[in-house]
Amino acid sequence: MLTNQSVAEEIIRKFGDDVFDFEEPFGMLTFSTTREQIIPMLEYLKAHPQFQVNFLTDIMAIHYPDKVGQEFCIVYHTHSFIHNFRIRIKVFLAEADVHIPTATGLFASANWMERETYDFFGILFDGHPNLKRILNMDEMDYFPMRKEYPLEDPTREDKIDALFGR
Amino acid sequence: MTETAVAPKDTADLAQGEKVQYVNELTTLNLGPTHPATHGIFQNVLTMDGEKIVAGEQTIGYIHRAFEKIAERRPFYQITTLTDRMNYCSSPINNMGWHMTVEKLLSIEVPKRAQYIRVIMMELARIADHIVCNGILGVDTGAFTGFLYLYEKREDIYEIYEEVCGARLTTNMGRVGGMERDLSTTAIRKINDFLKTFPPVLKEFEKLFNRNRIFMDRTIGVGGISAERAMSYGFTGPNLRAAGVDYDVRVMSPYSSYEDFEFDIPVGQHGDTYDRYMVRNEEMWQSLRIIEQAMKNLPEGPYYADAPEFYLPPKKEVYRSMEALIYHFKIVMGEIEAPVGEVYHAVEGGNGELGFYLISDGGRTPYRLHFRRPSFIYYQAYPEMCIGSTISDAIVTMSSLNVIAGELDA
Repeated sequence: MLTNQSVAEEIIRKFGDDVFDFEEPFGMLTFSTTREQIIPMLEYLKAHPQFQVNFLTDIMAIHYPDKVGQEFCIVYHTHSFIHNFRIRIKVFLAEADVHIPTATGLFASANWMERETYDFFGILFDGHPNLKRILNMDEMDYFPMRKEYPLEDPTREDKIDALFGR
Repeated sequence: MTETAVAPKDTADLAQGEKVQYVNELTTLNLGPTHPATHGIFQNVLTMDGEKIVAGEQTIGYIHRAFEKIAERRPFYQITTLTDRMNYCSSPINNMGWHMTVEKLLSIEVPKRAQYIRVIMMELARIADHIVCNGILGVDTGAFTGFLYLYEKREDIYEIYEEVCGARLTTNMGRVGGMERDLSTTAIRKINDFLKTFPPVLKEFEKLFNRNRIFMDRTIGVGGISAERAMSYGFTGPNLRAAGVDYDVRVMSPYSSYEDFEFDIPVGQHGDTYDRYMVRNEEMWQSLRIIEQAMKNLPEGPYYADAPEFYLPPKKEVYRSMEALIYHFKIVMGEIEAPVGEVYHAVEGGNGELGFYLISDGGRTPYRLHFRRPSFIYYQAYPEMCIGSTISDAIVTMSSLNVIAGELDA
């Protein structure tokens, strides 16, 4: 039986200062790492004889336009089927430099997940075999899930935020 | 995809008939986007060597509706209608998965009765989902009869939906905090009728297919995938279990009182079309077992949680009490703010692990909402599964993967 505490200690022992911001929202072990360490981290968790985090549940991105220097957060959800243990890993990227290495070498499923993240946020996964749009049309020249693209026509005056949500 | 269609050099080639096949000219073939055998809008650009598939590439996104973006501007209760448009073959599972995610964020404890009603509806939805998949698999292998037998029972399930929520396909079933209404006597009678009348039909269906020589020849060894590759490709649900991995969210991390029920997780061995078919069939039996237990032990009590800020008050009270009127107004206008937090909640959807990753910044709407859609993740294995096979095998493989276009494209 793995506990958040024991796994976190072991990860800190191995990665030292490259892992930080440990949290457990609703019981899921969550921490951040750097762009350089994300692939070694996934590889380490996958190959670890005890953890065996052998399943990549999802990759997605979040845009925080107000966090200067950390505008994009890439979230990896991983899962160990053997211990039924989930780990959430975050990597923060600056808007000026949205490169991150691909995880397709470790998990075949990362292929489309990364393409989706590229499609909506413009995150560039270095080394990806086929990084192009997946759900949107190829001619699109912007990344629609970024916060600077509001959903509704911003010039409308009859719908004000005070009455109609965000 | 570097190969393109190579036209015959001159008409003399065509005249030679079958000889042309042996020149090893690669042909590009468009399967879809609107081919009747693909059950949805999928395009596959296949490179063919004669009748063998050499390479394939999928184009998806034909019905992409930007749900994740829309969700960023909607109050939580309005997002339910987006979820049931994803896997429209089992919409109640999507609805309830979303409700449970929000309840987890708000720390709402749902009463047992509501949890049991949810289990009943989710298992009915699973049966409906598997009926579609297995019935149509029969059609694709050339047997229409089984499909007709089963579809009649799917209609019964839709009538139960109608009784419980008023809608059939896009159900919008339940609310954040419980169910919208209690099970009526008609609903209970219909569920009990279904429990009695479905097993003989399913048995007949199995008799038609399970040991049918033509069906076995068409499905055994077709579209197989190993357990390792399936896990690497992010398979979940019946498709992963057919490959021999006994992963089921209902057992691994039980939600909505699944720990109260006794049921088995069927697994296959080879991960081929026949195993997927068998796993789905067996799951229908197990779902029936769960529904039977839930109906027998259905607890008494309220069917919604005491969460006045999120659960609409009864209409009668809205007309009488000031407090209820205020809550009604605030909920409908989406003025209630959720706490800050991030939550990942997964349910066992018809196709596998359906996950909701919700990030709330304390506003009225999600800051970011991401759907982990099982079809989207496992459909990328499709070319690998059909390389080396023929077109007819590729059709059967796609049918047995049960890729739902709405879920694929969100």
